[in-house]
Amino acid sequence: MQKIIEVRSLKTLFGSRTVHDGLNLTINKGEIYGLLGPSGCGKTTLLREMVLLQEYPAGSINILGYDLNSIHYKDAQSLRQKWGVLFQSGALFSSLTLKENIALPLKEYTQLNQKMIDEIVSLKISLVGLKQLDAHLYPSQISGGMKKKAGLARALAMDPELLFLDEPTSGLDPISAREFDRLILKLRDTLGLSIVMVSHDLQSIYDTLDKMAIIDNKKIVYEDTLQNLASSESQFVQTFFKERL
Amino acid sequence: MDKLTLRIQQTSEKVELYFSGVFTLHNIAQYVAQVDSLHLAKKNLVIHLEDVTAFDTAAALFVQNLQKKADTFNTISHNPEIQENLLLVKNQANIFTASHTERRKSFLFAIGKRVEEFLVDFGLFMEFFGKVFFASFDYLIHLKHIRYKEIAFEINESAIKALWIIALTSFLIGVVVAYQSAYQLKLYGANIFIVDMLGISILRELAPLITAIVIAGRSGSAFTAQIGAMKITQELDAMQTMGFDPYAFLVMPRIIALMIALPILIFVADVMGVFGGMLVSYIDLGISSHLFLERFNEVVAVKHFYIGIFKGPFFAFLIASIGIFRGLQVKDNTQSIGFNTTKSVVMSIFAVIVCDAIFSIALTTLGI
Repeated sequence: MQKIIEVRSLKTLFGSRTVHDGLNLTINKGEIYGLLGPSGCGKTTLLREMVLLQEYPAGSINILGYDLNSIHYKDAQSLRQKWGVLFQSGALFSSLTLKENIALPLKEYTQLNQKMIDEIVSLKISLVGLKQLDAHLYPSQISGGMKKKAGLARALAMDPELLFLDEPTSGLDPISAREFDRLILKLRDTLGLSIVMVSHDLQSIYDTLDKMAIIDNKKIVYEDTLQNLASSESQFVQTFFKERL
Repeated sequence: MDKLTLRIQQTSEKVELYFSGVFTLHNIAQYVAQVDSLHLAKKNLVIHLEDVTAFDTAAALFVQNLQKKADTFNTISHNPEIQENLLLVKNQANIFTASHTERRKSFLFAIGKRVEEFLVDFGLFMEFFGKVFFASFDYLIHLKHIRYKEIAFEINESAIKALWIIALTSFLIGVVVAYQSAYQLKLYGANIFIVDMLGISILRELAPLITAIVIAGRSGSAFTAQIGAMKITQELDAMQTMGFDPYAFLVMPRIIALMIALPILIFVADVMGVFGGMLVSYIDLGISSHLFLERFNEVVAVKHFYIGIFKGPFFAFLIASIGIFRGLQVKDNTQSIGFNTTKSVVMSIFAVIVCDAIFSIALTTLGI
């Protein structure tokens, strides 16, 4: 299997507080990989470090063959076009309509004509389960669930190889949350995406994840598939997956 | 290899397209025109994708659009990933609906829209006024509802912290006005009249106006941005659900604080402006400070000072209420904060100048 993300002995500090102390993890192509752990353990921080939003003092992260420690601006720019990121609350640009939000990377990075872009945008909109008429609304005019879907459509605009999702189902009702899970599975199967997600939603963890890493006490306490969970002795695993074990 | 190459073979009833290489959204644009120029109607189209190494949904859409133009078509590829992509697009494609087109707006429509916006804005401002009026009655009736702490905090923010900039600005205005008029007065040998001129112009007009303009730029914009950000983060909604009236908690303390602060600042501006003028009179015209103050006492009536101070609360009310009103008008997007802040500063300076003009006419007509 081809490795797409490799994190080695990563260390993170917030002031004098250590958040991560020697994290190691490997993510393979085509996997849906979950980052789990109690609140404040640094899941989102790790995600932010992977997508070049935050620097880390020691260790290394390698994504799609690029070493983030020594990446040049040009490589970083091309790497940024190979991934899509969905933020917790969508982070849509509030002054643009949904359609313009999704079309933005296509307009900036490709030479496609307007008609082609419109078609790609409406494909992505229907792919994530939004209605075509919603495309002309502004982010302030739609619900939280729709914002997430629109954020996902924007993340998918450039057909990325890798998708980062930060708590994709939080704040969604259970029905939309399950729809979102099915959508993620469908995208992985049809577009061959690799997906890294931070999640707290047990159902979504059971339904979608192939593999996961559990961060607790600054370290990875578990990294494997769901089936082998029982072997873990971590306090967090014992309480979080109580029903399952 | 990240390139896409296209070879076209045409016969009378058949068109064959051989794509090879990376067939993704980065590479499609170069062949759109070429492929669009082909006459595909009533022909058999064969698209060869055997040599394609990468394929995405944009490419799948492109292929699908080509197929729609041809009479019969055939796509040849052995890669399951390509098949999946094509199928995905095909399944979604029937959901496409006619795209919504923006109607072109006429010139008259634009004018009408602007007028409507202005009227709605004015109506909203009146509503805001009414609420402020109501809240101030509440303050007068229930004295313990007054938020003394917030008022004190706002006075510190918008008056005490603004003292230096007000002092410096009015000092420089005093210097500039005195320097320019000293040159003219010297020509007529009317040196001593600089005292009359400075006294009346600074106390009555310049100090209140300059102070109000600086405060509009400083505190008016801050009010708009603070309240606008609170609106975006739903803090205002949260306050309301907890039973805290934003007018009592946010609006009134700011208005009252500024109405107390501005007269004090105008007083400082008076002192510094006259001091600046006195300095130039001494250096340029040789009028000693003793003589200057004696003459000042004689010719400058105390009413000019009172009129200047009296304008303060009115200017303050305009600046604070326009600043807060614009803050409350901020919509759910980040651009709206910038737009409303700009508008708040421009509108409050304009309102201050209009108010000053009204005072000027009214007081002169009254003979004061």
